[in-house]
Amino acid sequence: MSHVLIIAEHDGRQLNLSTAKCVSCAVQIPNAQVTVAVFGQDIEAVAASAALIRGVTRVLRIENPASVHLLSAVIAPQAVALARCAYTHVFGPSTTFGKDLMPRIAALLDAPQISDIMAVDSAHQFRRPIYAGNAVLTVDVSNEAIVVGTVRTASFDTAPATGSAAVERVSVDAALPLHTRFVALSGASSDRPDLQTASRVVSGGRALASAENFKLVYELADALGAAVGASRAAVDSGYAPNELQVGQTGKIIAPDLYIAVGISGAIQHMTGIKDAKTIVAINKDADAPIFESADLGLVGDLFTLIPELRAQLARS
Amino acid sequence: MKRILVGIKRVVDYNVRVRVRPDGSGVATEGAKMSINPFDEIALEEALRIKERGLVEEVVVVSIGSSDAQPQLRTALAMGADRAILVQTDAAVEPLDAARLFLALAGREQPLAILLGKQAIDDDNNQTGQMLAALWDRPQATFASKVEIDGDVARVTREVDAGLETVEVDLPAVITVDLRLNEPRYVKLPDIMKAKKKPLDTISATELGVTPRQRVRAVRFDAPAARQKGVVLKDVTELVAALKNRGLV
Repeated sequence: MSHVLIIAEHDGRQLNLSTAKCVSCAVQIPNAQVTVAVFGQDIEAVAASAALIRGVTRVLRIENPASVHLLSAVIAPQAVALARCAYTHVFGPSTTFGKDLMPRIAALLDAPQISDIMAVDSAHQFRRPIYAGNAVLTVDVSNEAIVVGTVRTASFDTAPATGSAAVERVSVDAALPLHTRFVALSGASSDRPDLQTASRVVSGGRALASAENFKLVYELADALGAAVGASRAAVDSGYAPNELQVGQTGKIIAPDLYIAVGISGAIQHMTGIKDAKTIVAINKDADAPIFESADLGLVGDLFTLIPELRAQLARS
Repeated sequence: MKRILVGIKRVVDYNVRVRVRPDGSGVATEGAKMSINPFDEIALEEALRIKERGLVEEVVVVSIGSSDAQPQLRTALAMGADRAILVQTDAAVEPLDAARLFLALAGREQPLAILLGKQAIDDDNNQTGQMLAALWDRPQATFASKVEIDGDVARVTREVDAGLETVEVDLPAVITVDLRLNEPRYVKLPDIMKAKKKPLDTISATELGVTPRQRVRAVRFDAPAARQKGVVLKDVTELVAALKNRGLV
């Protein structure tokens, strides 16, 4: 039997949906018992939501004032103290939270890590993308007693909140360092849907040509109730903030509808959206690579097409 | 002497689109242009700027691999690194062993910081820096978009999913860098000539006490599922109709 420990991602108030995606991945391991560990302070509500995820057997709530900002240097020793007990797999999401934390756990466990798990073949065989998604590698870790993994969240559905696992409050014995200190978190708090979990996303690229023009993307997104994304070029040029970047080194997403506005479609961008169900490309260059992967394309000037699209959507 | 170590990985160039071999045995990289991993180039640029501000006296670049990595180390020296170390091994080195090798070098070199790219664009693992920080029992500041060093503390702004997070870490620390930290300088011809005279030492992985092991076995390489090429529509009206057809609006 496999015993999977999942490290929950949350912001102190709410459980991130990435946790339920990790559960969907973990339950694909045959005969898996899934435990979710929630670290932090005053996290009773977060632990309660984790207990609702279908497929979860047990939730461990580990409160510690030092854990309030979920710094990897502080969480890793605690997670390792737990994981050493009886687990065969330790998973976290392949978000910036999990990417930062999980290798620190793996190293302390002397365990190999499999990054960006996109499919589970068996308890010891997994598939993951390499070379910006240009290849899919199947890896085997049969000789390992414990493996660490990050779960490519776009590859898995959100496990439904129909479960009822028990929550146990546990304490772990681990020396916690003081060498890393949280200073601040700044992000545009937005009423728009979250980019990583939205069912519709409108993204803008270099062709928007200015931060001012990027409003067109926001307006179309609002007309559709969609989240907003951006290409690397748009973020590098300062048209959109970094947290909106979609692609190999940004966010990997799988919305039902992805509308790419003025994005040429570099492979590094496409790897971030290849699991989108429908891709719409709007670009004035008919030869742009994005049209090779788009389900629906429109060739023309975005500055006339986007307002027109918004107007027609408003009418319909 | 105060110094920074920078990891330099030789990878298939960013602009090369690699393909899986038809027999699934690997990725065809023969004859492909090889370069410094772009994230590592940004790490080196940052180290050079820290040195130019007078905060360290030496920048040492390190690559792990076969002697094929020498041209990339020479490029790093031409960019301005003071010396290079090639940790030689013909084995494939997994991130945990790479971290062990950097740890051994940290013991020898006593750096103020070790700067690495947040990930290499071949394996896309994003592990080595965090693993090194764990084994070294030192802070990690990953995905850095701003680095300020003040005495024995670094203040690092990190690109995270929620926006920008700032952390303060005691030095020495491991810092892994993201795309927007800086724009690496171009190498000038006279610097390439000068770089030929800079020291490039070779040391074997076993001399550093690490025998690379293959723990994650590659079973098979597959080409990714291709998306079907779709249709180009005439106008917005057709697009809206197609979206309605698919139940998307």
